[in-house]
Amino acid sequence: MPDKPLLEIKNLKKSFGDNLVLDGISFSLNGGETKVIIGPSGTGKSTILKSINRLVEPDDGEIWLEDTEIISCRHINAIRQQIGYVFQDFGLFHHLTVLKNVMIGLTRVKKIPKEEAMKKARYQLDRVGLSGTEHQYPAQLSGGQKQRVAIARALAMEPKLMLFDEPTSALDPELIGEVLTVMKELADSKMTMLVVTHEMGFARSVSDEIIFIEKGSIVEQGPPEKMFRHPVHDRTKEFLFKLEDLYGEGSG
Amino acid sequence: MLASLELIQKSLPALMEGTFVTIRLTLLILAMGLVLGLVFAFGQTYGNRLVRLLVGIYDRVFRSIPELVLLLLVYYGMPALGIRFRPFDAAVVALGLRAAAYMAQIFRGTFMSVGSDQLTAAYSLGMGEFKAFIHVIFPQAIRAFIPPFANEYAIILKDTSLAYAVGVVELLRQGQYIIAVEYNPLAIFLAIAGIYFILTFGVTRLLKRLEKKLKIPGMGV
Repeated sequence: MPDKPLLEIKNLKKSFGDNLVLDGISFSLNGGETKVIIGPSGTGKSTILKSINRLVEPDDGEIWLEDTEIISCRHINAIRQQIGYVFQDFGLFHHLTVLKNVMIGLTRVKKIPKEEAMKKARYQLDRVGLSGTEHQYPAQLSGGQKQRVAIARALAMEPKLMLFDEPTSALDPELIGEVLTVMKELADSKMTMLVVTHEMGFARSVSDEIIFIEKGSIVEQGPPEKMFRHPVHDRTKEFLFKLEDLYGEGSG
Repeated sequence: MLASLELIQKSLPALMEGTFVTIRLTLLILAMGLVLGLVFAFGQTYGNRLVRLLVGIYDRVFRSIPELVLLLLVYYGMPALGIRFRPFDAAVVALGLRAAAYMAQIFRGTFMSVGSDQLTAAYSLGMGEFKAFIHVIFPQAIRAFIPPFANEYAIILKDTSLAYAVGVVELLRQGQYIIAVEYNPLAIFLAIAGIYFILTFGVTRLLKRLEKKLKIPGMGV
């Protein structure tokens, strides 16, 4: 790989009290790549994402977003504007309409004029298939729609990197597909994405690489075909089989 | 009956004078409760252990003493320590200190009613703490604040009648003066009750309408 990676994580460590959650995680992400992090719950997958935009302060290590080291960076708000974050529980602002939810980062953080912000917001809502819901409130939407608004809100900031923290885990099974479809289209459009998910279908068909994490360390990583067909570690095989049993492959 | 109505009409200017004192008392106690309550709520939510302990003690003490005792203590007790209040000021201080303890709890509850996911989402867009509070936390907290505030307003308004005990010429005492001259307690007390009712019910109704107007479509409460 000739280019410098867009995101590079080096020896990331984090403990909560006596509980060592991340024990030296290192990997990188090139521009346009989609990587999926999988692993049993409680193994620090979300903590990696949260460390990247410093919603969690890591204990040790380096995180480079292009030429900026994030952990030592003093202007974290400037960094966060460049990183879209999609939460498991949506995190939409209850008191704002769909349109205003997507606009607020543009008008209040990026200080873009209202007219222009509205245009950008409408464009992103159209992109996630939600034209026509502009004036509804989050509580009036289905879970799948809420998550797509959240994706539109993150995209409106024109981020360099999108982080997805179990974006479909809070959804009813029949609503998962619409969110995964939007994410797949994003990946196809060469957005750089880091996704924590249990959706093996998505991991298999969309990601460039799967990273399997257990007990705070990377057990194995590689392209999906290799991970599914010829995993080096028995533990990887065992885990992937279990997930396929649980979640099937169809939904991606 | 007719005589009573005429008496009420005749007494109205005096009763209105008392009503204005009652309103002034209410507004000052409310203001004191809101400002101190907000400070205490911030102290209890974000303060260190010592601050939290002090606010906790304050809260316990002022919510456990009858207001009338508090008022008499401030007006008749404090002069022994060299602090002398006029009756009106004593009422504002005593009832205001009590109101602050309750308001602090209301503020704390409304801050906590806004989920932490809202703050996290605001940060992830690149908002700092101040922006997140102004654009995300406050607009949601204010909605949760209105109902308990309306309740507290009604309590404060009605409890200003305790100022009677230290000689403040508010609505109740103004009425007593009229009764002493005219001797028609039924008519005058009814008129006083009516005025309290209008002040309480009218404002809580307005607040209820505001609450409805601010209601977020699709949200349960």
